[in-house]
Amino acid sequence: MATKSTLAFEPGWQYDPAPESTDHVSLRDSYGLFIDGEFTPAASGKTFETINPATQTPIASVAQAGSEDVDRAVAAARKAYDTVWSKMKPAERGKYVFRIARAIAERAREFAVVESMDGGKPIRESRDIDIPLASAHFFYYAGWADKLNYAFPGASPKSLGVAGQVIPWNFPLLMAAWKLAPALAAGNTVVLKPAETTPLTALKLAELIADVGLPPGVVNIVTGEGDTGAALVRHPDLDKFAFTGSTAVGRDIMRTLAGTGTPYTLELGGKAANIVLEDAALDQAVEGIVNGIFFNQGHVCCAGSRLLVSEAVAEPLLERLRARIDTLIEGDPLDKNTDIGAINSEAQLARINEYIDIGRAEGADIWQGGSDAPQSGYYCRPTLITGVAQSNRVVQEEIFGPVLTVQTFRTFDEAREKANNTPYGLSGGVWTDKGSRIFKMTGALRAGVVWANTFNKFDPTSPFGGYKESGMGREGGLHGLGAYLDLGMGAGA
Amino acid sequence: MSAAEPRLPDLARVTPVDTVGVEERVARFRSRSIKTASKVAGLRLALSMIDLTTLEGADTPGKVRQLCAKAQHLHERMADLPTVAAVCVYPTMVSVARDALGASGIEVASVATAFPSGQAPLSVKLDDTRMAVEAGAAEIDMVIARGAFLAGDYDTVFDEIVAVKAACGDAHLKVILETGELGSLDRVRQASMLAMAAGADFIKTSTGKIKPAATMPVTLTMLHAIRDHYLETGVQVGMKPAGGISDSKTALHYLVMLNETLGAEWMTPRWFRFGASSLANDVLMQLEKQATGRYQSLDYFSKD
Repeated sequence: MATKSTLAFEPGWQYDPAPESTDHVSLRDSYGLFIDGEFTPAASGKTFETINPATQTPIASVAQAGSEDVDRAVAAARKAYDTVWSKMKPAERGKYVFRIARAIAERAREFAVVESMDGGKPIRESRDIDIPLASAHFFYYAGWADKLNYAFPGASPKSLGVAGQVIPWNFPLLMAAWKLAPALAAGNTVVLKPAETTPLTALKLAELIADVGLPPGVVNIVTGEGDTGAALVRHPDLDKFAFTGSTAVGRDIMRTLAGTGTPYTLELGGKAANIVLEDAALDQAVEGIVNGIFFNQGHVCCAGSRLLVSEAVAEPLLERLRARIDTLIEGDPLDKNTDIGAINSEAQLARINEYIDIGRAEGADIWQGGSDAPQSGYYCRPTLITGVAQSNRVVQEEIFGPVLTVQTFRTFDEAREKANNTPYGLSGGVWTDKGSRIFKMTGALRAGVVWANTFNKFDPTSPFGGYKESGMGREGGLHGLGAYLDLGMGAGA
Repeated sequence: MSAAEPRLPDLARVTPVDTVGVEERVARFRSRSIKTASKVAGLRLALSMIDLTTLEGADTPGKVRQLCAKAQHLHERMADLPTVAAVCVYPTMVSVARDALGASGIEVASVATAFPSGQAPLSVKLDDTRMAVEAGAAEIDMVIARGAFLAGDYDTVFDEIVAVKAACGDAHLKVILETGELGSLDRVRQASMLAMAAGADFIKTSTGKIKPAATMPVTLTMLHAIRDHYLETGVQVGMKPAGGISDSKTALHYLVMLNETLGAEWMTPRWFRFGASSLANDVLMQLEKQATGRYQSLDYFSKD
């Protein structure tokens, strides 16, 4: 170690703006609630605005559903279930779901742009990940619609009825697909509530659903804030409830549904450990750490937000990680070269900054890298927090932003213990060149999804869900299909 | 360079390489969208990094003189074009190239050490090197003994590079790993570390005689090795992907990869070269397109 050399990425070769065009996008000034196949205003006439977090300007006004509207949506779903959807031949039902899948693929470019405008995520992600995966979920579940007996051999699968679904703002269309595709393929009708900061792609999906001729009432979309969701979960005529979002709301849902007999699935928060063992392929681990925490600005429930790295390689790994973070381009979500887009909302940005302050107050070292963030819009630079322990709040609590805590360990057992020492258990990652250690570590982690030598990889065939405070039940794959069926073996799900 | 005796590194301690992860990273480089002024800057930079190459059994003094003319007059209809970095030829053609290039500032690079196979005794390899240097080559592109490397005889590979480096004198040494014969990215990274420890000024992917030649995953692996060597020793080493890079888009992707892996210091012909024969005209065609908005037929670009 004769000389301490460092890499310099500025002033390097800077890329000119490469914005995705928006002229092919059709957006209305205002959107109603999608109930019984038609867009209608809220009974109260109330609306709210959805804004572009990169520019802080309103995009459209959206109806705010009250309990009366939720009643109407559930009634429409009930009627559609009783009269059309539950009577339809499964193969016909499958055709409709296939049509939704194809239509999303055909309109992928428009959906990607709207997703990035409304939510702030980089177009690279909405174009390459969110929208193709949403389409893939519909394709995957469409195929099961007429093969339910083969999906669950020995069972006699039956649809449940009307499902209430509430989804978060981090993957708006993808979460709608995760919820709708298995529900519809299994033969249920749905009332879906998208998040208040990101309703647009769900409303575009409503238009698409109308265009493909899905019978009215099979899918109803009610927009609104927490009150709307609360009205939906409390509705007495639901046969199933599914929620993705915060652990706090998840607890409230459990309280509400306890004793009602309504089956539910909850996909909640996380604080995943990403564990780098000393024999890992370091440069690919660096890439996996970046994808684990900076994907979608860290607004990912399964984000690898706690880096656990072997002391033997901590120094070289962090040096390389900082250099890599310095090459990340933060800025306009619609620019094709943007790696880190805008934070979803003002409230979320405040929450992230509060955690960074907490870390600082706790005595941790805060390091922020990447390119300079734009002056306007909600942006947070990629952040590393070092010098922390299990006792620090920033290590314990979900920050849901581009903030990575870094801890070191000496032995395999210490890594395992730290990884599991959390109320959450949604995901985890392990980096090692040794196959046997992959199996040893992945088997020892109490988390629903564990990636080895990669991170944040999703596929419709793969079940997803958490241990402990990260949730109940699984989505994706056959597990996710079974959650929307009465398998004739006692309680549904 | 430090004056310390070169020492063979412990190759078992070279960090492993995960191929799937490397390919994913490369896909990210390829998804960068390079437009307008940054595209022109990138194309001009790529042009200035080219080692214009002819390495054929059929090479003649006449062919080499033609190539040197091309090197000095890339496309006269465009003003202010950079020149290529070097002309790369066999040792027998070095003096011809040296004369033809005169005071143009374009270097003569020569392959040596029983290129491309490297299957010759060390004494022959050293004579080959000395002859090329004496004839006026400022840069020597040697091949490593892949047979010895694959057989685990790292000392032989290492000692040969050290000896060739000594024979080079002031000439820069580019060490060709012939990655298409090494079998895995782990081996590429190990060979890179070995070559740099032995004194390579540049490491180079390929002879161009073996498929696959340069690929982005291989080049990224070598760039990571160069970074590790730099961070550990403070010694900067150059990179030369060679073979198979024939279009501008690919060249720009390589520059994106370089820009985001090693950074600004390496974004110059001093530290990065493309070993290519047909890339120059494609870059020129793209530069014309950027300037005029129109593509022209290849017949409008001189072919030497």
